[in-house]
Amino acid sequence: MTENFLAIYEALPYLLRGSLVTISLVGGALALGLTLGIPMAIGQVYGNKYIAGLISFYVWFFRGLPVLVLLFLFYFGLFSILGLDLSAFTAGILVLGLRSAAYQSQIFRGGIQSLGEGQMLAALSLGMNKTKAAWHIILPQALRISIPGWSNEYSIILKDSAVTYAIGLMEIMTRGKFIATRTFKPMPIFLTCALIFLILTYGGVKFLSLLEKKVKIPGYGTEREEIY
Amino acid sequence: MQKDKAIVLKVEDIHKKYSNVEVLRGISFKIKKGETKVIIGPSGSGKSTLLRCINQLTIPDKGQVWLEGEEVTHTKKNINQFRQKIGMVFQDFNLFDHLNALRNVEIGLIKVKGMGKEEARQKAIEELKQVGLEEQAHLYPAQLSGGQKQRVSIARTLAMDPSVILFDEPTSALDPELIGEVLEAIKKLALKGMTMAVVTHEMGFARSVANEIIFMEGGKIVDQGSPHELFTNSQHARTRKFLYKITELYGRSVKEK
Repeated sequence: MTENFLAIYEALPYLLRGSLVTISLVGGALALGLTLGIPMAIGQVYGNKYIAGLISFYVWFFRGLPVLVLLFLFYFGLFSILGLDLSAFTAGILVLGLRSAAYQSQIFRGGIQSLGEGQMLAALSLGMNKTKAAWHIILPQALRISIPGWSNEYSIILKDSAVTYAIGLMEIMTRGKFIATRTFKPMPIFLTCALIFLILTYGGVKFLSLLEKKVKIPGYGTEREEIY
Repeated sequence: MQKDKAIVLKVEDIHKKYSNVEVLRGISFKIKKGETKVIIGPSGSGKSTLLRCINQLTIPDKGQVWLEGEEVTHTKKNINQFRQKIGMVFQDFNLFDHLNALRNVEIGLIKVKGMGKEEARQKAIEELKQVGLEEQAHLYPAQLSGGQKQRVSIARTLAMDPSVILFDEPTSALDPELIGEVLEAIKKLALKGMTMAVVTHEMGFARSVANEIIFMEGGKIVDQGSPHELFTNSQHARTRKFLYKITELYGRSVKEK
């Protein structure tokens, strides 16, 4: 028993450094996904049919393939063909981020479409152009509605990030596997990895639910309440 | 032509078809400065589509719209310039749900007209006063009653200093007891000389504020004239029947007989 704790104690600093890698990877991927996902959602709803079609194709591609396949295709395939000498970390952010953009765009699209056309019509009738209307009227509402769905995306990306083990990125699981093999103590080490993931998921989801409460529009939407 | 009788809005031969349904089949009318034109007619007769064709939220298949002598349709000029001058009040208010009443009124001033924040705030408060809602300035749409929401939306439209305001059934989504306050606000505008086109089913209102009533059916203007002409001696059997039905519904015909 004591030796198990000792193994964890010794592995912990190493695994925590891996958590920092995981956090930066997930942060970068989510940021990339957000930056691409928002304009994609707007384009899919308000853009012409060519733009909407192109975005649908993108979404179909990135949602249709396992993340491992995407990682290998990009890291060992596309990036080398393009002559890009990317680190595993950069490649990880790119692949997870491009894939997340596909999912995030659909979260935001749902948010936009749940508003109904009246908000856009009212904005246009004041003389706003579509871009301004999308930015000042549609997005502030759609993003609020999207927080619960986005929180889901956060927890999924966080866990999917472990797959970058396959391209040798030194995140939590790669380090866990490394130590487990060396010390022959897989159980305590992997349990520690699991615990780190649980804490990270909890923290992020909690933060987002606080954010959701903070930006809630007064009187708008359903409060959690008993309905008989 | 006197200046105060200038034509503000001219609609000519508007046609609109959705797949196989001809919603509008050649609508033409003019509104002079300070006039209130009330458009009535059964559901599905194209009244709302007509209003949307005027500010190009719906693009008509054929026909022209002129605002103060400038063509709104087929124009190279930015449609947003025209929309600033053509106010629109919707049946279901369409207030911006994430903004309080004050911000709803000032956002057009700030983001469209480029007005400074302080100036916009002053003007927004002024407009809310006009509709009796300065006390509710900091409430959000979800915290307002239907009648209050519609009055905020009228203030939002007024703030843009439009040349003409289009009302698309402004009281149809309201409880009967809230209709009065909205009609009162619109009546006040009419008295102040605002140029307006109002689609409504409120016949009492139509009778008291309209300079002219247009009766539409099946995408065409069937009848038009002063309230007196239409209500008391319309030459068209169809108009008489429609008006009889609708006044009967409101329980007036029994008393008047």
